[in-house]
Order: sequence, then structure tokens, then C-alpha cells
Amino acid sequence: MTLFTKFFGATAALALTAGAAAADPAIIFDLGGKFDKSFNEAAFTGATKWAEETGGTFAEFEISSDAQREQAIRRFAEEGYNPIVMAGFSWGTPLATVAEEYPDLKFSIIDMVVDAPNVQSVVFNEHEGSYLVGMLAAMASEDGTVGFIGGMDIPLIRKFACGYAQGALAVNPDATVLANMTGTTPAAWNDPVKGSELTLAQISQGADVIYAAAGGTGVGVLQTAADQGVYSIGVDSNQNYMHPGSVLTSMLKRVDTAVYDAFTAGTELEAGFNVMGLDNGGVGYALDEFNAELITADMQAAVDAASAAIAAGEISVHDYMSDETCPVLEF
Amino acid sequence: MNKMPNWADTILVPLLSLLLAAVISGVVIALIGHNPIYALKLMVSGALGTSTNFSYTLYYATNFIFTGLAVAVAYHARMFNIGGEGQAYIGGLGAALACLYIPWPHWTLALIGGGLAAAIFGAAWAAIPAYLQAKRGSHIVITTIMFNYMSYPVVNYLLNGPIKAEGMEPATPSFAAEIALPNLSAILGTFGIAFSDRGPANFALVIALLACVGVWILIWRTKLGYETRAFGESESAAKYAGINPTKIIMIAMLISGALAGMMAINNVMGEAERLVLNAVEGAGFIGIAVALMGRNHPLGILIAALLFGILYQGGAELSAELRIPREMVTVIQALVILFTGALDNMVRMPIEKLFLSLRRKEAK
Repeated sequence: MTLFTKFFGATAALALTAGAAAADPAIIFDLGGKFDKSFNEAAFTGATKWAEETGGTFAEFEISSDAQREQAIRRFAEEGYNPIVMAGFSWGTPLATVAEEYPDLKFSIIDMVVDAPNVQSVVFNEHEGSYLVGMLAAMASEDGTVGFIGGMDIPLIRKFACGYAQGALAVNPDATVLANMTGTTPAAWNDPVKGSELTLAQISQGADVIYAAAGGTGVGVLQTAADQGVYSIGVDSNQNYMHPGSVLTSMLKRVDTAVYDAFTAGTELEAGFNVMGLDNGGVGYALDEFNAELITADMQAAVDAASAAIAAGEISVHDYMSDETCPVLEF
Repeated sequence: MNKMPNWADTILVPLLSLLLAAVISGVVIALIGHNPIYALKLMVSGALGTSTNFSYTLYYATNFIFTGLAVAVAYHARMFNIGGEGQAYIGGLGAALACLYIPWPHWTLALIGGGLAAAIFGAAWAAIPAYLQAKRGSHIVITTIMFNYMSYPVVNYLLNGPIKAEGMEPATPSFAAEIALPNLSAILGTFGIAFSDRGPANFALVIALLACVGVWILIWRTKLGYETRAFGESESAAKYAGINPTKIIMIAMLISGALAGMMAINNVMGEAERLVLNAVEGAGFIGIAVALMGRNHPLGILIAALLFGILYQGGAELSAELRIPREMVTVIQALVILFTGALDNMVRMPIEKLFLSLRRKEAK
């Protein structure tokens, strides 16, 4: 018995063990935090919806450092939470390590692929949904110039931009697509002021429809577009309600559905690869009472036809992340 | 003459400040409907309770030792280096490049090579602000902040393009498994001490402790350290004594940048074993608080770094266990920084007066 072990033994006795929850699900949010008005919040919404409908409870944790990832997964695993859902591509490496240690538990990871027998990997075809809103943008545009404002410059956001440009050019081969990224640090996800400046810059270059795929930064984009009397397009959640009459539509990425489904499946969660695309309602565009007047019947028909064609494999939208190039857009 | 004994200056004042911070934090925790005593217990046991938890505490502390020492070395030359964040980030880039592109046969060589690369990159990132200060009088505070912001796009560009691994994530590929630094459990294991292998603490802790000793020797036992302190106390007197200000500014800042860069031994080479976005996570800024609290002395920095490690790890456990938002934990951490750093005089002055009046009585 060394001094060290004695010391730890004594203090460990102080530690209060948490009541192990019998197969409650757990969700772990990424660094952005659960109230980021975007990706993490959508995950939280899905979890809350499950809790409200079933009366169940779930555990949650927001990490504040990259080093906490393994720790957070392990902590829930040790307490017996099942399944454990995590949102964000950065969870890939730590989950691969921990999933192996707990073969009896189920894990679900969103936006990343982890190849393990007890992990469900959920990825979205954001390029397909962006393609549809790109078509709508080109159809709504009067001068043929449409804009894209991304958050942080990472491959995932370029995937949005590339799908959007393809959709716009499919409708109007002469369309000009302007694309700007807000920044190169995680702060770019929450910089509405810069989003607003980029919007003004794109408007001055002739853009009259602007798609924001930028998390909290998008709030500034949508606001400025409304102030300047041009159209904007929201992302991830349905943001049509924010500026009725100005937000043309929103590209939906149903992270909430993914979390809800994983929680509903519970311990029976099916491991493997789950692609959420147009064919299974994982992505899409939002149509509700706030933008009903903006989307004409012709526009809707054209987009729905394209949507069906993509789902059936007749139109193939290039995925930026497949080869890290975009045939129609320079970054 | 000192107004109060040494022990009061170095132990009593920080301890009282901590106590005040704990009391206010307790009030905050009570206000959101939790038992403060229970929360304190959770925090302490969360940071020290198991060897896994303690390993996380030590991991954070290691980061803070490097960045704290970096601030301290510059501070002795009265240079306020707040660019530790950027220097550590660029240092991480150096370590990653060395570990990715040089096939080291053994981890010890990788440690030397990668550590040197991290130090050189960190020093290089500090060199330009240092030169601008020494030759042009551009204020080091402004330039080092600017260099923090410049480090982000540089690394971001590289992680999204030239050195990016396959897949979604903007990060480098993982380093070869054979050059992974041994973690603390392996090191302690050779001495027969059982320690969890699930925590991130690793060999970098040893390097950090050596760095503490090195900085102590440098500042208080070498000619260069003497010149640095002399320059820091009075630039004009130092000049009169024949000390070259340009040389002192450059050397102090280069060492400072190198120490910040060497943080990469811990977070890049020891823990992640690859370079990820935002790898430093604010440790560069925490280093400022650590150095202030540790009175720019290596021993003080060691203790302050450990305290901040406890706050980080204990705070994470607190937010997980009580399901309180992580922002609440940040509030508690901020209170500690406020009381031990910014409001230091609030505690110091009354105690100084107390000791003075005691002394007067003795004199009578």
C-alpha cells in the first residue's frame, strides 16, 4: 500500500456515487453548447421531445474542453446510460476508443462515422437539402445572383455551399453564386455582426437571396437580409418564423429526428450506418405559413420533382466531402 | 523591509482570497438551489477523488504550468506576454509537423524532437512581437494579442488543407503509436504505484516540473536572469549598468514563447496525439492568472496551476453531477480568479495593517 493509493482510497470514499439509471438514454453536446440555436440545440430539442412524449428522463452533459470527450462518454457508460448519443464530428476518435470498452452498451454518433458493432453512425446528406434551397434561391432571384454565407471554414460547410451552388446553377446556368465564410475559428459560429457585414457586402455585389449556414451567425444574416429587403434562407432548424416574408425557406437538417429516433429505439438501437437524406426525410426544405406566399406553385413543383429525382438517384448532387473539390464553386 | 512575514505573503493571503471566493461561490450555488457544502465536496472529490480524476487535474495543471511559466519569464523583464494562446497553438503545429513527418524510432527521441520543434515554433511566434517592441516600441500587449488571432487562421488553413487527415474532421492524422508519450500510470507503474491509465496525464508533467526548476535557475541563479530582473525593475538603471535592452527583451520573449509552445508536449503529443482545431482551449490565457497568482515564482506557479487544474476538473464533475449548466462552473472559476488575482489588495491591505500594528506593539 503506497501513500498514493491510500490517499485515493480515502478521498474516493468521499465521492458520492450517482444513482445508476437503468437504461436511461444520455446525450452529450459538443463545445458549442446546447443552446447554440443550431446544431446542438436541435439535438436537445429531439431529446426533449422524446422526454415529453414518453415521460422518460435522460442525462445530458455539455463538454467545455476537448480533453473531456472520452471522460464524458465513459462517465455515462459507467453509470449505465444506454444508448449514449453524441452530436458532432469531433466525437469520432474518442467514441471509437470507449465503444470498445463497453460492448454491451449502444452508442449513436451524429455527423461522423465510427465503425464498431455497437455504434450507430448518423450522417446527413446536407448537399441534397442545400441543392433544393439553391434551386429555390435561383428561382426567387431577380438578377441571377445568389449568396452563401458559411460559418467556420470547414469541409462540412463547403459541402453545404457546393450543394447550394449546384442547385442554383441547375435552375439558372448563368447564375452567379457568391460564397463567403465568416471565419476560421469556432467563434465564426456565433458572430451575427460579421454575418450582417458579409450580407451587406453580398447585397452590394447584387445578391438578392442569401443562404446562411453559419449557426448563430445566421441570425445576423437573416436580420440584415430582412432590413435590406432581400430574401434569406435559414439552416438546420426551421427559421422561417424569424422574419416572415423575408426568409424564403430553411434547409432542414433533422438532427432532432436523429436523436429522437435513437432515444426511441433505446437499448434496441441498431448499429451501423444511417444516412439521413431526402429519401427518408433527414434533410429537406421548410414550407409553412410564414413562407407560403414566397414559394409559388411552380417553384414548389420544380423542387419537389428534383427532390424525388435525387431520392431516386436520377440526379446526383456532388458531395464536396467525397473528394474535397466542388465542380461549380471556388473556395 | 517587508510589511509582513513571508509566510503570510505567500500562504495566508492567497488562502484567505480562496476562502472568500469559496464563500461567494457557495452563495451562488445556494441561489440556484443546490447545497454549497455538497457542491464543494463534489468539486474536491471530482478533482482528487479517484486516480482517473486526479489524472485529468494533473493534465490541466501541466498545461497551466507551461503557460504560467511563459508569462512569468516575460514578466520578470516587465513584458506582459498575453500571446501564450497563439504561441502554444503554433507550438502545437511545430510538434505535430515533427511527429508526423519525421519517423522517430522511439518516443524519447520524438519527445526531444517534437518538444524542440514546439519550443522553436512558439519562440518564433513570440519573436516578431518581441522585435517590434525592442526596436520599434510597439506595445507587446497589443502585438501579442494580435498574434493570437493570427495563429488561428494559420493553423485552421493547414488543418483544412495541407495536413488534414481523411474524413470530416479538421485535424491532422494521428501520430504513430510508437511515439506516444507514456502516460502517468506507466511512469508511476515502474515505481510500483498504481494509477489509473484512463486519464490524460502523461510524461509531459515531468517536463513541466523540470521546466519549473529550469526557470527558477534561469531567473535567480544566472547572469541572464539577473540582467532580466534588473531590466524589469528599472530599464534606465539597467541601461546605465550596461545591460542591452534589445537583447533582454528578445531573449525573455523567446524563452517565454518557447515555454508556451512546449505546452504542445502535453496537449498535442501527450493527450490528443494529433493536432485538432482550437487545441489550446484558453490555457494560454489561464496562464496569465496562474502567473499572477503564483507571484511569477515557479513554485507559486506550480501550486496555482494545480489549483486551476482542480477547478477545471472539479468543475466538470460538478456540472455533470448536479446537472448545472457549465456556465455556472465558469462563474465559480471566474470568482477564484477575481479574488486571487484582481482583488488581491483587498485582502492584502488589511492583513498588512494587522501585521504592522502587531509589530508596533512588539516594539513598544
